[in-house]
Amino acid sequence: MSKKVLVLAETREGALRNVSFEAIAAAKQIAGGGEVVAVLLGDSVSEFGAELVNYGADRVITVEHPHLKSYTSDGYGQAFMAVIEQESPEGIVFGHTAVGKDLSPKIASKLQAGLVSDVTAIEGEGDGAVFVRPIYSGKAFEKKTIKEGITFVTIRPNNIAPLAREERSGDVSSLSVDITNLRTIIRNVVRKSAEGVDLSEAKVIVAGGRGVKSADGFAPLQELANLLGGAVGASRGACDADYVDYSLQIGQTGKVVTPDLYIAAGISGAIQHLAGMSNSKVIVAINKDPEANIFKVADYGIVGDLFEVVPMLTEEFRKVM
Amino acid sequence: MNIYVLVKRTFDTEEKLVISNGKIQEDGAEFIINPYDEYAIEEAITVRDAHGGEVTVITIGGEEAEKQLRTALAMGADKAVLINTEDDLEEMDQYTTAYILAEYLKDKDADLILAGNVAIDGGSGQVGPRVADLLGINYVTTITDLQIEGTAVKIVRDIEGDAEELETSLPLLVTAQQGLNEPRYPSLPGIMKAKKKPLEEVEIDDLDIEEDDVEPKTETLEIYMPPKKAAGRILEGDLSTQVSDLVGLLRNEAKVI
Ligand SMILES: Cc1cc2nc3c(=O)[nH]c(=O)nc-3n(C[C@H](O)[C@H](O)[C@H](O)COP(=O)(O)OP(=O)(O)OC[C@H]3O[C@@H](n4cnc5c(N)ncnc54)[C@H](O)[C@@H]3O)c2cc1C
Ligand SMILES: Cc1cc2nc3c(=O)[nH]c(=O)nc-3n(C[C@H](O)[C@H](O)[C@H](O)COP(=O)(O)OP(=O)(O)OC[C@H]3O[C@@H](n4cnc5c(N)ncnc54)[C@H](O)[C@@H]3O)c2cc1C
Repeated sequence: MSKKVLVLAETREGALRNVSFEAIAAAKQIAGGGEVVAVLLGDSVSEFGAELVNYGADRVITVEHPHLKSYTSDGYGQAFMAVIEQESPEGIVFGHTAVGKDLSPKIASKLQAGLVSDVTAIEGEGDGAVFVRPIYSGKAFEKKTIKEGITFVTIRPNNIAPLAREERSGDVSSLSVDITNLRTIIRNVVRKSAEGVDLSEAKVIVAGGRGVKSADGFAPLQELANLLGGAVGASRGACDADYVDYSLQIGQTGKVVTPDLYIAAGISGAIQHLAGMSNSKVIVAINKDPEANIFKVADYGIVGDLFEVVPMLTEEFRKVM
Repeated sequence: MNIYVLVKRTFDTEEKLVISNGKIQEDGAEFIINPYDEYAIEEAITVRDAHGGEVTVITIGGEEAEKQLRTALAMGADKAVLINTEDDLEEMDQYTTAYILAEYLKDKDADLILAGNVAIDGGSGQVGPRVADLLGINYVTTITDLQIEGTAVKIVRDIEGDAEELETSLPLLVTAQQGLNEPRYPSLPGIMKAKKKPLEEVEIDDLDIEEDDVEPKTETLEIYMPPKKAAGRILEGDLSTQVSDLVGLLRNEAKVI
């Protein structure tokens, strides 16, 4: 049976997030020929509707309200539930992002529904869709299905490929919703993450650990990242030592990333770090300790001093790029 | 203040994990309090010490989970509740877990409920917000700072690395993120005292829950280890050869650059 599937689309710094395009692709697969409807919530978001259609949404519904300017579970919850009421979907896909993680359990609870969180792959389609997700800090995987009720999943960014962008046409309509009784008031957001870079969407990440030894030590890593069009990340060790801000932290507590290329320099490879990056397509480890755990997940390893290796690597890439 | 902490006994994922017959082998494995729940317990104790009241830790699990509850009592919690589902429920999911916790909590008039933001084994991060929704109270996830005055609450939460400052009020459920505090270790006197603190055990019958109400909504078909990667290749030769080999491999073999 084909399904109607809703997708919660998200914006960040005035642009749609890639994970929203990936969620549309996931929704197509779950829909099995049915309709995919993207939902945009915010104070002024209708301008993004057309692009969601270009990435494969059949239709877009926007809910605009001053109370939706910042995310709150009450505000977004009321708006999304109103869309559900209007559309009676058989499936829902969110990104496994800060918003998706916070909101999806609330919606699932209101629908008395099952929810499969942090999905990294979908096998089959329509009613036969099976969801793959990492468990035990990424040491194992499980395959799950939803036995009854709505098919509700959140997807990990950078794992499910979006559909190719094409000029398409589809209806963008707005729904007006009364948003009342917000129990949370957002006072301020202290931006700590670097402007423009969204680690969870980066295709190349050069990450440094305690082995980088100082804030200045990150400069060669940044240079390599810039050359490769990527972003710099860090282990908790480097954040705790104040070499970089916690917003760069990768791992169970920090960001979960799945780049095409992850270069780990001076990172030992603790399980909490691996939980955030072991799904990366190709992993390179640079560590002076040949016994370091990071080599167990690495595709390629160089045993050596990162202060020698990283600048040489930058030089070598420069020659061929 | 009436404070509850949701505590999960988890597999210590720092230890070796073995799957046989499609199941995670638990014999001889190390089990711990989910690390994010330790932050929740610590915060609960701090709030109680500042505002008075009582901290009750609750877990759903089997008899073995008593050990983690005793540890929480030794850290300074006042009471513990084990909701023992061992004999009644074969299968559970986040829907089930939240339903049972909410049924237990619904008439307890909790002012503050703390949970971990995610369990390191199951990893869904669903249980806290689901419980709050079932109880009809507000929730804030991944918090790194909590200030309470009367019923007014100020919170800082981590949103993908940025720090969001917000205000809300009790009753409230929060989920703990690393950075909230440094959990204390149980002291020796703490461990001695914990042995005498109340640990209540209830079963789902005691909560008037029918097995049909807690039928999981999801099904696990298979648990497996990730396909073994071909052993990583440690490059050899002098450093400049290694570096140029690596660039060649990334471009021509892995094709990621
Ligand atoms: C609840 C909890 C959550 C956590 N969450 C996270 C998380 O999200 N992310 C995270 O990263 N950690 C997390 N941790 C911490 C984790 O356990 C480790 O402590 C941390 O990852 C270690 O960081 P590191 O690898 O940089 O440091 P270390 O373990 O100290 O490793 C430094 C490495 O650098 C190498 N080195 C030193 N000098 C050089 C050199 N000149 N050249 C090359 N190599 C060199 C050393 O050989 C060593 O392997 C968490 C821990 C807990 C308990
Ligand atoms: C008898 C039994 C059978 C099970 N059968 C299955 C099965 O068939 N398939 C399957 O997939 N899973 C099964 N589970 C696992 C269980 O469904 C999940 O672990 C549970 O729903 C929590 O989900 P999570 O690990 O994603 O926690 P998260 O939602 O990530 O946890 C977040 C927070 O919620 C709180 N919390 C979570 N679990 C508990 C708990 N048990 N008690 C108190 N607080 C808690 C903690 O504060 C935790 O930090 C079973 C568990 C038990 C005890």
